[in-house]
Amino acid sequence: MKKYLLKRILMAIVTIWAVITITFILMHSVPGNPFRTESKMPKVVYENLQKKYGLDKPYSQQYFIYLGKIARGDFGDSMKSRVETVNDMIERGFPVSATIGLEALLIALVFGPALGAIAALNQNKWPDYFSMIIAILGISVPSFIMGTVFIQFLARNIPWLPIGGWGSFRHSILPSLALALMPLAQLARFMRSSMLEVLGQDYIKTAKSKGISKATVVLRHAVRNAILPVVSVLGTVATNLLVGSFVIEKIFGIPGLGMFFIISISNRDYPLIMGTTIFYAIILIVMLLVVDFAYMFIDPRIKLAKEGR
Amino acid sequence: MKTEFEYTPDLFDIASREDRNAEKIRRPSIKYWPDVWRRLKMNKLAMTGLWLICICAIMSFVGTKINGFKYFEQDYSMINVHPDSVHWFGTDELGRDMFTRTWFGARYSLFIGIVAAFIDFFIGVLYGGIAGVTTRRIDSVMMRIAEIIYSIPYLLVVILISVVFSQAGQGSSMFVLILSLSLTSWVPMAILVRGQVLQLKESEYALASESLGADKGWILRKHIIPNTLGPILVNVTLSIPRAIFAEATLGFLGLGLQAPKSSLGTLANDGLAGLAVGNAYQIFIPAIFISLIMFAFNVLGDGLRDALDPRLRK
Repeated sequence: MKKYLLKRILMAIVTIWAVITITFILMHSVPGNPFRTESKMPKVVYENLQKKYGLDKPYSQQYFIYLGKIARGDFGDSMKSRVETVNDMIERGFPVSATIGLEALLIALVFGPALGAIAALNQNKWPDYFSMIIAILGISVPSFIMGTVFIQFLARNIPWLPIGGWGSFRHSILPSLALALMPLAQLARFMRSSMLEVLGQDYIKTAKSKGISKATVVLRHAVRNAILPVVSVLGTVATNLLVGSFVIEKIFGIPGLGMFFIISISNRDYPLIMGTTIFYAIILIVMLLVVDFAYMFIDPRIKLAKEGR
Repeated sequence: MKTEFEYTPDLFDIASREDRNAEKIRRPSIKYWPDVWRRLKMNKLAMTGLWLICICAIMSFVGTKINGFKYFEQDYSMINVHPDSVHWFGTDELGRDMFTRTWFGARYSLFIGIVAAFIDFFIGVLYGGIAGVTTRRIDSVMMRIAEIIYSIPYLLVVILISVVFSQAGQGSSMFVLILSLSLTSWVPMAILVRGQVLQLKESEYALASESLGADKGWILRKHIIPNTLGPILVNVTLSIPRAIFAEATLGFLGLGLQAPKSSLGTLANDGLAGLAVGNAYQIFIPAIFISLIMFAFNVLGDGLRDALDPRLRK
């Protein structure tokens, strides 16, 4: 099992390296130079700027310098902001994004599997149709549309819910809800099919015939087994939350990391784009790794199979 | 008393061949694909999806010509007109007719989604197929590479590529969009195809065919490819809405098609400004169509999956 863990960690590191390299190559293949666009600049100033940002060195050398910096956790300077480094922006924006992301994750994790389980227990009856309509809606309606629907129909009419901005818990309710809907729907669908499969198993029949109450059978025997495969899709859920956060932060005007990312794109602030992309990629890859390990620890069958070898 | 029963020839009938129908198969035998189609037709939700897709596809060509406006035609005397009898979906902030623009946008959204899905299909089938039939070592190297590509966050790559290949403040070209959309998304298809090929290669009917003297090409053509077709079809159907969603998100982030061309995502992005000043229809109309198209492809994909699954056969 240790061997497997090590292998997975190694793969994750290789992936992060691949992301850094791809980002570096892409960002350096953009034609032009960040300082050339400024109006007539004395040659000395231009050369000093080039030197300050290390742009006078060959690409290969710049690449290794950048790699070294990332390894030390330094994402470099922003080109447009004179006062903040990329690290400052991540420090400022990430907690905000993480708050919304975690709230959304919590909503999705609580209601998604519950909805799926209820649907499976009432297969082809109205609770099933009802939850599956919600699930199909959640998958078909992108989060930016959900966000605008919430603003138009909820925030406009309920004064207690702010339309946008950031500050208190109230500000985070609508964005988290809008963000949570798609992962919630995915989890519900997945839980439904997993639960249906489990409910058809012989051990459920055995448990029922032993005279155990229905609630115990459902909670102890069915849900506990059905939820295992659901854990394995949490990686995808995390990715969706992250991508959703870009658009949600844009709609609700939330000063999170996604907002900085969007602004850096429209400003063509290449170091900031590079820094945030790599930061996002690292977060995601680490999350995928954590989900993988969590799955291994939760599912006794996997552990046995691995130790049996 | 004994009654004599005379067996005369006229008591007998000649048994004709027509009477030997007991062993005849009464119902016509249904081949696999007509059977799938029959089961799909019974699924109302999936058929709704199919109809919606057909209607949207036809309207994306016909709908741009119905009410006589051009998608780039600006009329400054008619800006932000709410939906009425002349402009059925209203006009945007430049006075362009939203009805024409919506169908025009739907055309590009559908086109990008379908082309991206087919690129996924070709690369995925080729890569997965090769990995499935080569030696174990090459297969394992190919799969490691695919895994690494796949764990690179999809939309980040898409965003980066569109940043690099588009000018600041403007959108991307169609080619760049499709390229970036299909750059990493072929991996699930490749993994699926490889798994199917590996499984079918070991199947008993492939072995039977081989022992009857069939060569590898025959087995591949006659047994492996037809049997992988179903799951692949489902995957293609479900990767179209994924591409449309990714494209809409890009458009919404200002990285979509270059104006005056538009997709539904860029239309929604343009309409976001209208939300604050009471022109909510400008974002909701494209939003409804994005959702409808996504809904249609998702339910069709689900229905296809059910129809292709022989275990669900009634």
